[in-house]
Amino acid sequence: MSESLLIAALLAAATARGAAPLVLAALGGLFAERSGIVDIGIEGKMLASAFAAAATAAVTGSAWVGLGAGLAASVALALAHGFACITHHGNQVVSGMALNITMSGLTAVLGNAWFQQGGQTPLLGGGGRFAPIQLPGAASLTGVPGLGLIYGEVVSGHNVLVYAAAAAVPVVAWLVYRTRFGLRLRAVGENPGAVDTAGISVAGTRYRALVVSGVLCGLAGAYLSIAHNASFIRDMSAGKGYLALAALIFGQWRPVPTLGACLLFAFADTVQARLQGTPLPGVGVVPVQLIQALPYVLTVALLAGFVGRAVAPRAIGAPYAKER
Amino acid sequence: MRGIDKWFGAVHANRDVSLVVRAGTIHGIVGENGAGKSTLMGILYGYYRPDRGEILVRGRPAVFRSAQDALAAGIGMVHQHFMLVEPFTVLENVVLGVEGGFRLGGGLARARAELERLGREYHLEVDPDARVADLGVGQRQRVEILKALYRGADLLILDEPTAVLTPPEADHLFEILRALRRQGKTVLLITHKLREIREVTDVVTVMRQGRVVATLPTAETTAERLAELMVGRSVALRVDKTPSRPGEPVLEVEDLVVEDGWGVRRVKGVSFAVRRGEIVGVAGVAGNGQSELLEALAGIRPVTSGQIHWKARELTDAAPRSPRRWRQLGLSHVPEDRHRMGLVIPFAGRESAILGYHGDATYNGPIRLHRGAVAASWDRQVAEFDIRPGDGLLPTSAFSGGNQQKIVLARELDRNPDLLLIGQPTRGVDIGAIEFIHRRLVALRDAGKALLVVSVELDEILALADRILVMHDGRIVGDVPRASASERELGLMMAGVSEPS
Amino acid sequence: MNESRESRSVAAWVAPALLPAINLALALALSAVVIVLVGENPLRALRLLATGAFGNAEAIGYTLYYATSFVFTGLAVAVAFHGGLFNIGAEGQAYIAGLGVALLCLGAGGWPTVLVVPAAVLVAGAFGAGWAFVPAWLQAKRGSHVVITTIMFNFIASAVMTHLLVNVLIKPGQQSPETREFDPSTWLPQLAEVAGALGVEIGRSPLNLSSLLALGAGALVWLYLWHTRWGYELRALGHSEAAAVYGGIVPARIVIVALSISGALAGMVSLNEVMGVQHRLLMNFPGGAGYVGIAVALMGRNHPIGIVLAAILFGGLYQGGAELSFDMPKLTRDMVVVIQGLIILVCGALEHALRGPVEALFRRSPAASQA
Repeated sequence: MSESLLIAALLAAATARGAAPLVLAALGGLFAERSGIVDIGIEGKMLASAFAAAATAAVTGSAWVGLGAGLAASVALALAHGFACITHHGNQVVSGMALNITMSGLTAVLGNAWFQQGGQTPLLGGGGRFAPIQLPGAASLTGVPGLGLIYGEVVSGHNVLVYAAAAAVPVVAWLVYRTRFGLRLRAVGENPGAVDTAGISVAGTRYRALVVSGVLCGLAGAYLSIAHNASFIRDMSAGKGYLALAALIFGQWRPVPTLGACLLFAFADTVQARLQGTPLPGVGVVPVQLIQALPYVLTVALLAGFVGRAVAPRAIGAPYAKER
Repeated sequence: MRGIDKWFGAVHANRDVSLVVRAGTIHGIVGENGAGKSTLMGILYGYYRPDRGEILVRGRPAVFRSAQDALAAGIGMVHQHFMLVEPFTVLENVVLGVEGGFRLGGGLARARAELERLGREYHLEVDPDARVADLGVGQRQRVEILKALYRGADLLILDEPTAVLTPPEADHLFEILRALRRQGKTVLLITHKLREIREVTDVVTVMRQGRVVATLPTAETTAERLAELMVGRSVALRVDKTPSRPGEPVLEVEDLVVEDGWGVRRVKGVSFAVRRGEIVGVAGVAGNGQSELLEALAGIRPVTSGQIHWKARELTDAAPRSPRRWRQLGLSHVPEDRHRMGLVIPFAGRESAILGYHGDATYNGPIRLHRGAVAASWDRQVAEFDIRPGDGLLPTSAFSGGNQQKIVLARELDRNPDLLLIGQPTRGVDIGAIEFIHRRLVALRDAGKALLVVSVELDEILALADRILVMHDGRIVGDVPRASASERELGLMMAGVSEPS
Repeated sequence: MNESRESRSVAAWVAPALLPAINLALALALSAVVIVLVGENPLRALRLLATGAFGNAEAIGYTLYYATSFVFTGLAVAVAFHGGLFNIGAEGQAYIAGLGVALLCLGAGGWPTVLVVPAAVLVAGAFGAGWAFVPAWLQAKRGSHVVITTIMFNFIASAVMTHLLVNVLIKPGQQSPETREFDPSTWLPQLAEVAGALGVEIGRSPLNLSSLLALGAGALVWLYLWHTRWGYELRALGHSEAAAVYGGIVPARIVIVALSISGALAGMVSLNEVMGVQHRLLMNFPGGAGYVGIAVALMGRNHPIGIVLAAILFGGLYQGGAELSFDMPKLTRDMVVVIQGLIILVCGALEHALRGPVEALFRRSPAASQA
């Protein structure tokens, strides 16, 4: 009995660690998409941030400085996307894809050229990465069955960015639904004309949304290389950016359902890692890849209208041109 | 506003317009489409900068670089197409832009109280927590007005506010306007409906072709005088034609009702027939349902209810009324919006010239599209219609408005249709081409074909039509033979005033 | 009025000819910045790229071999673009088509090649079209955004194929997830063979019959788009849905057909890779060709001739990039990916930004010469 509880606790902890980058990235995408800008480029921003964070942390020896560099890289990319799409009315999907592809190559080239390790950055130790934090009393409470176990294994022992991801959900929800910024954000994604005639700058609101998106995606990317791992590895985002986009769509562009989607996807991933080769009762061995494909299949089903309806912000994808 | 001049490219939208609006009045601005009313109001609300002239607010010069400046000066606008965020509540829509602080909580509470007060004072009761998406059109308009009032607007501009309202909703709107006036607010009402002017305004300014024609106290005007001023003594476009000899009906329409995309009824039950050898003209100010009628007849817009008979056979949706089917049956359609619909602007001229008929056997083998046949057809149409330049490989965008229209006409007339539906035949067309097009249309009639012409230019209708239907507010309010129609009478009908008995 | 018509006739030749060249130059300039950041000489790098790609017969052979796949995916993306649709799923469509081709070749051992080849073309096309059909249908009938669905389908394809290669189709007793090698009669003939049979000597290269197929596909696409009524309808829809509806065109049908054709074209990549070169089914054999196709279509302005030229350019980049990384170890083959991304950015997203100033530049000159 307590063994299954332990397994459950370990699974939960692993799920939390897996979900953290997804949550941060998906919330980043939320800001962009709610403002009416398609954000295919989440993957590219994460990758760039992961590289910048790991490279800077390796050079300076400080994880916090690395984090700053990662955020800067991600925000820069977000602004570039904005420049192409908002100011120059470029195709948002093409711009996003271009960023992803460019970053995929650029991080590899720079990584190889600057560190000569086949694209990897040097392993980070000590202050160079975010280490797991043991919350007060965790060690002693772990022995206590039930809540103590949960506290010790699941709640405590994560690095600071996981806690940041958890905190991000209520903060983002508050920002989007209870502040002026959030009201304007949602308005500009539904009816930019209404925002314009109310005397608010559509472009300004969208740029601000992209900056926030850059920050969140930057956190997600940095998590990968200087918190979860101890270095940057080629293409380490491995499609997580697209997965985050899927989670965002699955979560109907709302913070809490998106969190749910991220947890679901991360849980599926955690389970498939543990279940490799283990036959399930009645089903036999479930191919790992099927579980890996599950999030994507679910998203398609949602988009097709089979699993509820996905209603995107109305003005998404269309550059705003004042119609006079 | 004094001496306002505004050009849009070559179009002189406002010519030396001067307007004085006194506080605490309801001031109406009437005119046909293209008269310049919307441009003027756009300048007042900060959308455009005037090329010449100045604006004075309470005696002091003001410059409006954007909507924000106008709002700051106390000018609010209620647009014809509502600028509302559908998923938001009424409260959220009203505070957008003036939220009163970074955190919404306090601002929303204050707004709620203020909304309640405004609602009481001006008969503008709306549930602040209702989602706009769930509200009807009349209620949405109230939200628009509340938006402006919440920002402390002293001057409200309403642009064709009753276009989407039912008569009881319109009456309620007038109540609201009177309440505003009682409280010392000023209202600028843009409309083309004379009934509204007579009912609710104190002063009326008539605009025509970019100029102010007259400004009079409403009490001193009559409907006839206003209609006359609106429509004016224009150059009559004469087309020589013999009287028509109509044959049997080709198209009969019964109780046709058409709704637009928002569920608003635009055509409210019209019935008429078009006969062989006859040109039926539909007159009316734009926005009274003619466009929707034309599109529904052409199979582009769904019909809500009513019957359409083609050569005495009823056409139902079972045998769908699609553009393709219509072409097969012998109906051709020259759309009002040739840029968006009638042509594919980036295509080569001769490719646009086969739009709709591109699948025909004349142009196609089993697989290949015969460029030669397309070119031959083009050359023939160029010769017949004097389309210039004659190079079919130039992009359609390279042709002037008149020549583009000729391309469309040539294409549709080439099929020898039994009925031609045509909207705004000479919009944006130069004078020489206008004459040519009119002559071709009459020639079609003389060959025993039927035509339905929709135009906002009354002169054009008078020149072409054998029988004139006047549409106002989605209904046919007049059906007069050309011979017995007078401009004055038609102008009145177009403005929604019925003949004094 | 006159001025705008002048600028339109100027734009008529500026757009197809000059803009891609300017776009390429800009992308290369940005890449040069990266090269400098890495500490190498951009001009020398460019020279190495060029010689690596076209310097000798073998290099040219490889360049064209890469280009062949890019022509297929470029055509696929272009056909969809003409209808106003964005097919990002070419990668997955090519991958799944590989499955079809592999199944055929594994099962048809011993059949005469002259039967296997046309069958393979059909199978590759069918599988590719099939993988594109679902997103197409969803877009046409349910309004699901084809961009998101095709991205999802790329990932699903990857998962499905990995599972099949690792668990089902793998050659027994082998570690790497690939099928066994196909029977030689099911190999797509090498161009060197075909040429030899005709008495012409070509050096060794991976070039196979699919390269000729690619050119043929280009011609067919050209015919389809500009010389049939179906291509007319697709292009009209891509420019203006309102005009298409007016013209009696049914958008839903066209969308499905066009995306299916697009998928079929993407599927042809498997002929080159799986049947022509590798002679077995490997993991990730498209190797990013689906995404390069986007760059190729954008640079080639969605016209088959431009696509072939752009595909050769990219083939050169890939081949030259490999050579470059030998001489300049600091620049790995990923540099090519960077250039690819920058080209997509400049040709695709910033298209409008450049068009204005370039046209303005040309508008002034004719006026000056008239003055």
